[in-house]
Amino acid sequence: MNIGKLSALNSPQMRAHLRLPLPRKFTNYLGRELFHLLLTVRGLGAFALITLGVIISKFGVARRLIHPRVRQEVARAGLRLLPMFLFVSAALGLLVIGQTVSWLTRVGAIDYLGTIMVIVVVRELGPLATALLVLARIGTANVIELGTARAMGEVEALEALGIDPVHYLVVPRVIGMSLGVFALTVYLIVGALVSGYLWAFIQDVPLRPEEYFRQLAVALSGMDFVLLSLKTLAFGSIMALVTCYHGLAQPLRLEEVSEATVAAVAQSIIACGVVDALFIIIYLAM
Amino acid sequence: MESLAVKPAVAALEMEGVAVGSMRNPEVVVAEGIDWTVAPGDYWVVAGLHGSGKSDFLMMAGSLMAPRRGRYRFFGQEMPIFEAARLKERLRLGLVFDGGQLLNQLTVAENIALPLRYHQNLSAGEAEASVRELLEAMELAPWAETAAGTLGRSWQKRAGLARALALKPEVLLVDNPLGGLDLRQASWWLAFLDQLSKGHRLTQNRPVTLVVTTADVRLWKGHARQFAILRNQRLAVLGNWAQLRAASKELLHELLTDRTQTE
Repeated sequence: MNIGKLSALNSPQMRAHLRLPLPRKFTNYLGRELFHLLLTVRGLGAFALITLGVIISKFGVARRLIHPRVRQEVARAGLRLLPMFLFVSAALGLLVIGQTVSWLTRVGAIDYLGTIMVIVVVRELGPLATALLVLARIGTANVIELGTARAMGEVEALEALGIDPVHYLVVPRVIGMSLGVFALTVYLIVGALVSGYLWAFIQDVPLRPEEYFRQLAVALSGMDFVLLSLKTLAFGSIMALVTCYHGLAQPLRLEEVSEATVAAVAQSIIACGVVDALFIIIYLAM
Repeated sequence: MESLAVKPAVAALEMEGVAVGSMRNPEVVVAEGIDWTVAPGDYWVVAGLHGSGKSDFLMMAGSLMAPRRGRYRFFGQEMPIFEAARLKERLRLGLVFDGGQLLNQLTVAENIALPLRYHQNLSAGEAEASVRELLEAMELAPWAETAAGTLGRSWQKRAGLARALALKPEVLLVDNPLGGLDLRQASWWLAFLDQLSKGHRLTQNRPVTLVVTTADVRLWKGHARQFAILRNQRLAVLGNWAQLRAASKELLHELLTDRTQTE
């Protein structure tokens, strides 16, 4: 796999063109940005398809080398971030309950506390906050590691050894980040729901624990679990693909790594936002 | 060019009208019109000044990029080989980079084990015996567990050689092995490549076909058997040392100027 050919922005002429000063005419500017967007989407799409193809076609290849690397990535994007996520989950529970309890009490709608927690924490804030934190901690590291490896010629070294760089470098990160985001979201949600009740308890809200958890159970449907799994796996895989694409698929010089990191973070957030919007439509249709 | 009495039917490397692009910018041609044949067992030195395109030429020969024009065959097979189905053929060729190009996040031993573990699906323990043998042959055993990025450049080059030899290639391309080395290190490389050319226990005593690039051709006298010069985007295939001396080209004067009385 010669990954140097993957990027749609690969040619020096194209890259130089896209860095020209902004055109004075608004339509020219708009056209260039649109062109840029289409090329990026095409490049990312091709990279995603190639990665999917490698996952399927090389499933059993070098498993004694690749499987430990996948476990390593799951630990990096999941287990090692757990302490930070326990803290964030406690903060999130306090934040949501702190704001909502006083208002629900005023309007006499405290019975909706569980429903609000499910909508805000389980469906929206939990997955999105997890994705953003993992992007900040692991996604940026992906771009820097892979961009540096590319600039230092390590990717060529892998190709010279007959090792597919997508198989060795990208596949473990995609699987690791997908599973990591899924697992951390579950921990974040559980932590936020529990800490939310503790905050309500401190505020002397007349709500017994069994009533609070009954409200949660009523508000949650089976579909919530399915969609939560799909959404978090989508967030993880999209962030991993975007960050790996920017680190790996373009022939970078060391001084270009920071620029690639900024682009990867921005595009990951936009892509997660788009996916989130699609899931909101599904939730509303339920 | 040196005439070999009996040429084997299939050349190890064969180039016809090949043009080489730059690794950094494939649109730029660094050499063209290359007609060159390397027979199994040959020991070639491709000399050229810095910036002459030696590394790009070797990267193309190592199948990291396709020739811009012309035909390049490796043991009769069209190159480059990217298909997974033909991977076994490609692994008959090893490539040693100028700086070793080790994976900096791995240790030296892990770097050497990498091709073994990937292609033979070995665990770290199963690859250990082969890795230890390579480490000892390269005198790298004391640094086995050292992070590759912290190793000195000369030792990184040796680690790169060990990694390339892990799969026992039949043809080895070595990019500028003596660049920036002191005399002791350079002597080690010359002696080791001589052994590889004649047959080394690491390659089961099978002679390895060698193609080496250099900016200083003098050090290779008495070691390499064939010489070529890369200059002005052309590869001049000259033959043995005597033929190299006899050629009266300007570059040869530059490359062979006896400034240090080493000849």
